[in-house]
Amino acid sequence: MSVTKEPVAVVGIGQTKHVAARKDVSIAGLVREAAQRALQDAQLTWADIDAVVIGKAPDFFEGVMMPELYLADALGAVGKPMLRVHTAGSVGGSTALVASKLVASRVHKTVLTLAFEKQSESNAMWGLSLPVPFQQPLLAGAGGFFAPHVRAYMRRTGAPDHIGSLVAYKDRRNALKNPYAHLHEKDITLEKVQASPMLWDPVRYSETCPSSDGACAMILTDREGAARSPQAPAWVHGGAMRSEPTMFAGKDFVSPQAGKDCAADVYQQAGIKDPRREIDLAEIYVPFSWYEPMWLENLGFAEEGEGWKLTEAGVTELDGDLPINPSGGVLSTNPIGASGMIRFAEAALQVRGQAGEHQVDGARKAMGHAYGGGSQFFAMWLVGSEPPQN
Amino acid sequence: MPELLKAPLVVEFPFTRSLGPVQSAFLTGLRERTVLGVKTSDDKILVPPVEYDPVTADELRDLVEVGATGTVTTWAWNPEHRRGQPLGKPFAWILVKLDGADTALLHALDVDGPDAVHTGMRVRIRWAEERTGAITDIACFEPYDGDEASEATPHDGEFEDKVSGIVAPARLDYMYSPGRAASAYITSVAERKMVGERCPSCSKVYIPPRGACPTCGVATREEVEVGPSGTVTTFCIVNVKAKNLDIELPYVYAHIALDGADLALHGRIAGIPYDQVRMGLRVEPVWTEGGRYPDHYRPTGEPDADYDTYKELV
Repeated sequence: MSVTKEPVAVVGIGQTKHVAARKDVSIAGLVREAAQRALQDAQLTWADIDAVVIGKAPDFFEGVMMPELYLADALGAVGKPMLRVHTAGSVGGSTALVASKLVASRVHKTVLTLAFEKQSESNAMWGLSLPVPFQQPLLAGAGGFFAPHVRAYMRRTGAPDHIGSLVAYKDRRNALKNPYAHLHEKDITLEKVQASPMLWDPVRYSETCPSSDGACAMILTDREGAARSPQAPAWVHGGAMRSEPTMFAGKDFVSPQAGKDCAADVYQQAGIKDPRREIDLAEIYVPFSWYEPMWLENLGFAEEGEGWKLTEAGVTELDGDLPINPSGGVLSTNPIGASGMIRFAEAALQVRGQAGEHQVDGARKAMGHAYGGGSQFFAMWLVGSEPPQN
Repeated sequence: MPELLKAPLVVEFPFTRSLGPVQSAFLTGLRERTVLGVKTSDDKILVPPVEYDPVTADELRDLVEVGATGTVTTWAWNPEHRRGQPLGKPFAWILVKLDGADTALLHALDVDGPDAVHTGMRVRIRWAEERTGAITDIACFEPYDGDEASEATPHDGEFEDKVSGIVAPARLDYMYSPGRAASAYITSVAERKMVGERCPSCSKVYIPPRGACPTCGVATREEVEVGPSGTVTTFCIVNVKAKNLDIELPYVYAHIALDGADLALHGRIAGIPYDQVRMGLRVEPVWTEGGRYPDHYRPTGEPDADYDTYKELV
């Protein structure tokens, strides 16, 4: 007789209002705020939490080497297991998945998972450009790293130049409906996006993500916990992680194999045959606007070479038939360490029907996606409004 | 076997930290020669203060003032002074429970030798002459022969011109070695030869070599000279000035598949207007006197490579 996994429910979600600089709180104060909002949402107290799983950006990004030690008090972790997860930019997603597995395997009943970053107290561009001896410095930061892959995508698919600006214009308008989003550009127009300076040609300023301070927390629990939940839970139907080296002969930077394999695993767990038809929306990690059409193909929402056509046709708009990043996405909010968890949490908010102004009508199945490093770490989950069938 | 390269690598950054209400009061207090602690739900006095109760997780905000004198609860002799440590000479690390506090604070004790320190000894704060709102406002502790004095008294934590943030510089000193394969590569590049390594299992030629094939997980030993010419597989035009990078803008950052290599390396393209660089452009390295790497790559003048010949390398 096979032992089935415990179904996992998301019963609490909390975020801080993401901004450029939260100078009024310490890092402890920042994570506390998100965690407390998640507890309030679930109507639970610290005593109800069995374990804490925390994630953050790479250590050089903000100089906090042991968050699990420094933040145990603020997160009520005394006398409980506390774990830290590392996977570069995808960390928020993999952190949630580690927490989810602890519940699914019945190690713990109720787990608090949280991810954060205070970009204002550090410098990610510096963290990505350490002066390694004997290396030739050619670039700094992530934009220059990813821009050549965007050009490769355009060449491979024949996507017209303006697709990136359509994504940015959509995500910034979606952010206006999300009170927690960092950028609220009330006067945004497509013309403004297209007129913004070219930073790493073909990537424009308005097609890149901001630097944010913020934290995101979720409370995951088992069936008993879900039954006590005051609000409708989101149920985890599938979750997976995959990784691959930063560079190897045959690596496809435009559509990495690890991303395809990760999505296929999630769909198999969730019984999804046709993601485009069966999934109502997705929160995917798009730090540079062109990554929307690229990931649409990688995740199987579009055939290879066709992702940009969905964007161009308005399919990915909030009122489109497959809304992508109704929250405004990473393009509007980027506390790097938390960005992946925000994707997972926003997917859960949608299937709980609690996304407010950026709610997608009738959302029943949603995907949360994160990637990190040199397109080498992938973490995804699929959540639904109903408990999983299998 | 070529020389294994080694060089120091210093990683340092002036991280900033917002203090939040409790640490802000504590550090501002030190500037004003006042030591503050915080009272927990069960009336314990924690010095240094924390924002959240280590036992109950409650938010803690009730500040109290404690004494500038205290008792050593344990200690360790620090025989050799290191960069960034207090006092500029050997000293004792002490945990000191200030009068009125229930927990101990870590700091330095100025005494001549380990024989002059013992658990239970009485000490007092020696304040720094110039104080800025930092733990170093306590220059150190020194021996003191008075009895235990003050009880903790309530304090509102209010001061003029409160410190709200600090700079917390971090520095790590490494001795860096790129390892055998990269050392050999770097040495040969400096001699203007591009030498990669072939995987014995999948036959792919890696440049720069890493000493192992990331796909097959086996060591690579066979050296293969590639290039020097190659094909631009993709690129971006950089308009952003990076700190410590002295390259005139705009410039072209390209992925270049050297002839015979199975993945692209990265280089700068020049000798052609930046807006005329294209995928498939044939290029060759340009060396400058004493340069460890090619300064840049320039067009060879050959016809562009057909997309199908390099698309697997993009």
